[in-house]
Amino acid sequence: MPIGFLVNRLVLAIPTLFGVSVVVFVLLRVVPGDPIAMMIPPGAGQEDIDRLRVLYGLDRSIPEQYGIWLGQALTGDFGTSISLRSDVLGLVLQRLPATLELAALALLIAGALATGLAVLGTASRGRWPEAVVDGVTGTVQAIPDFVWGLLFILALGVLMPVLPISGRFDPRIEIDFATGFYLIESLARFDLDTAAMLLRHAILPAVALALPLTAVLARLLKSSLSEAMTQDYVQVAKVRGFGPGRLIVREAMRNALIPTVALSSVQVTFLIGGTVLVERIFSYPGIGNMAIGAVINRDLPLIQGLVLTFAVLFIAINLVADLTYAALNPRVRRG
Amino acid sequence: MAELGIDRLPGRQGVWVALCGNARVWGGGGVVGLFALIALFAPVLAPQDPLWQDLMLYQMPPAWLPGSEPGYWLGTDSLGRDLLSRLIHGTQVALIVAVVAAGAAGALGVLLGLMAGYFGGWVDALISRLIDVWVAFPPVLLSIVLVAVLGAGLHSVIIAIAVIDWTRFARVVRAEVLVQKEQDYVASAVTIGLGRWRILFGEVLPNVAPLVLVLFTMEMAIAVIVETILSFVGLSVASDRPTWGGMIAEGRQVIYEAPWMMLMPIGCLIALVLALNALGDGLKTALDPVLRR
Repeated sequence: MPIGFLVNRLVLAIPTLFGVSVVVFVLLRVVPGDPIAMMIPPGAGQEDIDRLRVLYGLDRSIPEQYGIWLGQALTGDFGTSISLRSDVLGLVLQRLPATLELAALALLIAGALATGLAVLGTASRGRWPEAVVDGVTGTVQAIPDFVWGLLFILALGVLMPVLPISGRFDPRIEIDFATGFYLIESLARFDLDTAAMLLRHAILPAVALALPLTAVLARLLKSSLSEAMTQDYVQVAKVRGFGPGRLIVREAMRNALIPTVALSSVQVTFLIGGTVLVERIFSYPGIGNMAIGAVINRDLPLIQGLVLTFAVLFIAINLVADLTYAALNPRVRRG
Repeated sequence: MAELGIDRLPGRQGVWVALCGNARVWGGGGVVGLFALIALFAPVLAPQDPLWQDLMLYQMPPAWLPGSEPGYWLGTDSLGRDLLSRLIHGTQVALIVAVVAAGAAGALGVLLGLMAGYFGGWVDALISRLIDVWVAFPPVLLSIVLVAVLGAGLHSVIIAIAVIDWTRFARVVRAEVLVQKEQDYVASAVTIGLGRWRILFGEVLPNVAPLVLVLFTMEMAIAVIVETILSFVGLSVASDRPTWGGMIAEGRQVIYEAPWMMLMPIGCLIALVLALNALGDGLKTALDPVLRR
């Protein structure tokens, strides 16, 4: 893997994060409305209010506040959440693994479903299964992830209660893990009962998140596959007598994946964005759910920390997509 | 076939022939029109005051289920309010947001797209740069920050959608203006001495209007979804105004006792969004030859 490329991209991420932090910081502080008002009991004296303002640094000018915040952030101190009265970094790190596991699971499901649909659509070009694939992807794409989530809750949680519809795990089961990545850790420990229980909780929100992405990826992959199928090397393979399955999977797929990967990084960031609402609907304890709570409570330090966390995630996704693209595409790798 | 009328000349007649021959325009447009009528005549159509509570009749099932109460076709919510009336009034909020927010995003985006495409030079550089930066900022983050800044309310929903989504219009319109600028009619307009703004709004704008209409329809679907999301989490209109998102949130809380409560607003949301998408898709296909692509 090109180390120079990696370093270059990481260095470029710094001004982006800096920009995001400035914009968010300034925007959140020019708003009318006093965050302190949220946390004081009715009837608190002006003296107490002033004391809290000084405590949270809200009595200083915005550039001054930003300078202090940045200085502390660089040492890993992102302030204290006003509504949860706890260290922001600690809160975010505690919730982040849940969101990452959910998003990774959704991504796996979307990749597998999209590949299946695209191959089916390409193999049955011009016949009825292709029309079905096109119709399904069109409809699935139009309906947003949280609506899928709500429909799943109704269908599989209530009308035909086969799966749990809230939380990340069964509260009756004691979980004593070293990391926050419960699913990965339980698999690594071969604790299959716990892994199955975690999966049962994660599967509905993950599929809800995966469906719109599946539709987009399937469309992209299908059109690239169709294009690759007309290329000379595929035609040569066809003349040599290889069947359609081998033509698509072994010959066309590799090249068709390149444009799909290139275009999918934006779509994957949408999936991460989707966790905000889907987590809320499934009462799943991730950072998305936390972000909605933070906005409702006007918890400035927490909003700031969460927005930065999302920004880091988006940058990481783009980086991974670029690296995958380079790994798949020899022209980029050597150039 | 519709193509016959179009191949010859992209005149006004050709457009209508193409539109009328398109099933998606009819189907999608019909459903959207129905919702528009419901929104317009909401006070007349709603059988009851959507805020009137009858605590004796809470969580009544809809008419086709046992134990329903006559007069409450879709049943009542946890406070005994008529669900049908709330659904009808919620349609009004959804469509107001759809039209106003998509209109605001469209106005801003079309204006900047027209200017970037037609004036070129530093104007184009500036606006294109702005679009790049905007698109790089993920919509979720932007909407979280915006709603946090603006506070809950219908106006912040509309502002948030306009501020986030103007780029959808600006990018496409800019690209189309670059094509239109090279057409003979623009050269003629310049020759007879029309001013730049006059040409831009009087000549170029009407020619990109079909494209804007397609984008507007698609944006309405997005706006309906965003409004539902924000009212679902309680960041849209004040709670005394019924919304689909608010009804979904209320239904989610009593999902085991009254699962039907959530289904109706979700059904309306899906129907309207699919109809708007179908209408947009149909318009695009129907108007495409007119745009010569």
